Amino acid sequence: MAERGQTPSQTVGPFFAYGLTPRQYGYPLPDPVGADLTGPEVEGTRIWLTGRVLDAAGAPVDDALVEIWQADAHGRLPTRAGAGGGNRPAFRGFGRCGTGTDPDSRFVFRTVKPGAIETGAAPHVSLVVFARGLLNHLFTRIYFADEARANAGDPVLAQVPEDRRDTLIAQRRETPDGPVYHLDIRLQGAGETVFFDL
Amino acid sequence: MSVGGFSARDWASHPPLIAPDYKSTKTRGPAQPPIPIGGDLAETAGPSFDPRTIDPAQADLTANARVNAAPIGERIVVAGRVLDEAGRGVPHTLVEVWQANAAGRYVHANDRHDAPLDPNFLGAGHALTDADGRFAFRTIKPGAYPWGNHHNAWRPNHIHFSVIGPALATRLVTQMYFPGDPLLDADPIFLATPRAARPRLIADFDWSLTEPGIALGYRFDIVLRGRGQTPPESCPEESPPEESPPEDLPHDGGADHG
Repeated sequence: MAERGQTPSQTVGPFFAYGLTPRQYGYPLPDPVGADLTGPEVEGTRIWLTGRVLDAAGAPVDDALVEIWQADAHGRLPTRAGAGGGNRPAFRGFGRCGTGTDPDSRFVFRTVKPGAIETGAAPHVSLVVFARGLLNHLFTRIYFADEARANAGDPVLAQVPEDRRDTLIAQRRETPDGPVYHLDIRLQGAGETVFFDL
Repeated sequence: MSVGGFSARDWASHPPLIAPDYKSTKTRGPAQPPIPIGGDLAETAGPSFDPRTIDPAQADLTANARVNAAPIGERIVVAGRVLDEAGRGVPHTLVEVWQANAAGRYVHANDRHDAPLDPNFLGAGHALTDADGRFAFRTIKPGAYPWGNHHNAWRPNHIHFSVIGPALATRLVTQMYFPGDPLLDADPIFLATPRAARPRLIADFDWSLTEPGIALGYRFDIVLRGRGQTPPESCPEESPPEESPPEDLPHDGGADHG
């Protein structure tokens, strides 16, 4: 079979909600992926992971879609051995949230704080950002402000210019509902978030 | 950058982040180039989906939202394979689709286009690929619709596709267009794609996929970043007949939806 070229990316457009996040937006279809990664069998500290997606003018984008992928509290990525359906971990590690249902246009994930995947790396959550006006999705990461020591040794953060690393570090805030880590994603302009070519 | 053995994202195949003719890219596309990172990153793994949690009936958009009748419009089959660059099928991965109805109207609450909604059509569905990477949807051919990008702007008929693939690094959201659509030559989203790669976004009309008396068929293969350069020996030289719908998905029953 001949080598084939990659299928080009196209924008997710403004109307993905009933296709990719139907339950969040109230459409009557099953949701293969949701914004709550926790469940009774999932171990670890429950956290909220929130943020806004801001355009070049600093205006919140209310038709963005954010996906997260992360290790569990012990630093284990959900195994791919379950691809056929067997040997499934309790923690799926994957979530999806649109920015169109929160009054402040935030994405809001309920998850657990990830552990470091390997010695020397810092705990982090991988993000994929989609929106109308984004012809390609964007890869970025969220690191945690209360992991300053681990962050200082993280091999990926080390590849980011020092003056831009803050764009990847979520600040922690205590709330009656538990700790909230918040990070705004700036698509363009001053303080533009670091996106990765990976 | 190559990560975890995956070939690089081929920027000669993908549109730029800022394409001025598509206006919203000007304030939403990052101005700084993405920073290359490599190695065995978390992004080289990705989510898997339990086939038992995926309802096969969601692959038939002509039936999954019926209230009291069949949806209006031309029934079509859209089938294909999710492949890597070496032509190997990507098994058991999630393929999601969404689209306008036959009149060019989305169910989405923010779509203000003055065209009728169809009470029997939502225009969204999903499926897992089978062991060979095959998928098949039955749906209604979407209509074209106007949008505000420029004077008299119309989107060509299209179906949105989302594919996860074996890793977060292979994630892809794209749009499938129809052959012979005159609107393609005026669509800034399609035209933002490098010229050589544009044909990969256009489905092939395919007699072998038609359901006689029921629906015409279109083939749309989706190629994700591959891992390694050489297909394994187990990769068949010829793929199985494509007219047969996925039949080896392990599921507990459900509608035969083709």
